[in-house]
Amino acid sequence: MTDALIQPQDIPYLPRGVWLADDKVRGLRVLQAPERAMQLDQIGDAILSELDGNRSMGQICADLAARYNAPVEQIAGDVRDFLTGLVARRMVFLRDPS
Amino acid sequence: MKDHPAQPHDLDGNPVRPGLPIAMLAEITHRCPLACPYCSNPVELTRAAGEMPAEDWARVFHEAAELGVLQVHISGGEPGARRDLAQIVASARAAGLYVNLITSGIGITRDRLEELDRAGVDHVQLSLQGIRADMADRISGHPGSWDKKMGFADWVTEIGFPLTINAVVHRQNLDRLPDMIALAERLGARRIEVATVQFHGWADLNRKALMPTREQAAEARRVVNEARIRLRGRMVIDYVPADHHAIHPKACMGGWGSTGLNIAPDGTVLPCHAAQTIPWMRFDNVRERSLRDIWLGSDAFNAFRGTEWMPEPCRGCDRKNIDFGGCRCQAMALAGDARATDPVCSRSPLNAALVARAEEDAAAETSDFIYRRMKKGV
Repeated sequence: MTDALIQPQDIPYLPRGVWLADDKVRGLRVLQAPERAMQLDQIGDAILSELDGNRSMGQICADLAARYNAPVEQIAGDVRDFLTGLVARRMVFLRDPS
Repeated sequence: MKDHPAQPHDLDGNPVRPGLPIAMLAEITHRCPLACPYCSNPVELTRAAGEMPAEDWARVFHEAAELGVLQVHISGGEPGARRDLAQIVASARAAGLYVNLITSGIGITRDRLEELDRAGVDHVQLSLQGIRADMADRISGHPGSWDKKMGFADWVTEIGFPLTINAVVHRQNLDRLPDMIALAERLGARRIEVATVQFHGWADLNRKALMPTREQAAEARRVVNEARIRLRGRMVIDYVPADHHAIHPKACMGGWGSTGLNIAPDGTVLPCHAAQTIPWMRFDNVRERSLRDIWLGSDAFNAFRGTEWMPEPCRGCDRKNIDFGGCRCQAMALAGDARATDPVCSRSPLNAALVARAEEDAAAETSDFIYRRMKKGV
């Protein structure tokens, strides 16, 4: 099994049928997806909120590193781990920049 | 909770603490053009005249969202059998719910599917009975079903809905599992649910024709594991194994009255779709009592909450918070006692007899079905 599902130049996005929502009853953010609602922590919400369908993984990680004043290597590792799980579950899609 | 002065309690009077539901199955009709011999609907089907009108469903969706439900699975029967399906979908979406449409694909035209897109269907789950016309049409009891389904699947992807294929597997099609997975891939599905028949209701009437062999169950596990690795990042495989061949029971509904609920066509609110097979249990109707009240305060939902109601060997079991003693309806059907340890559990005193019966059913020569049909009207 390979874990290199995502490359730095890939543009991650939420496909049709997957979106961020407020769970008002529980006071949480959730990712709504086919037959699954996933509760998000602040980090998950922050990462997924960056997926605008325009910026690549590399750009998103650089922007998050600047905003949270954290080393880009560390941010990139967290973002890649989190999104890899969602790509494997078909809740995040990847677009080739070309 | 000022509305509920009496502390909720299980069937023995032990206090329980209800959580909040996440998902709701809305069985808006029992009518269906298919006649699958393992249908999860009850053997006593509700007729069209008994179906709850769309306005009531709209209120129920609103109440569900306020109670914490995030997703609704609009199912049946075949939900397309209701002409007001788009209205029902739109009201679920207006309540803020994520709308999964669970369909056979039969009886919904391309125009109607586009109408359902505008109404707000988020995701389509399409059932699959086999991998060829002869096989699928015989199992579904509906000539022509295969061709209609394949046409429907094309419309789903053309319109752009995310697609899940729901393949119900049993002795007569389990050997074709690799082909079913390949078909789902070819249809562009994001997910395939491979669900082994659960032997309640109609399926129980057909157990001699449907029970998989032990070898088939083991091979299916191998096929699924191999395909999951091969298809990682392309298609998700959810797998419900044959529990009669398992060591531990399935955590039915993730625990009784824990995260899910089911509404029957007439508005009866059930902890699971088979709950009405527990003969002494009484269920409330959402036309007479609010969903919140039923979820938090009804005897049926509280009966098996928590773990205090459990007898041995569940009571002292280290897995009691993992599988919750298994399925209450299966305990009812097989042990004659809804609170018993699910006999599919290897720790149940009835397990040896159950396994022997499953082996016997799996070895049965018959392939004839008792099809699911509504009794002729009077």
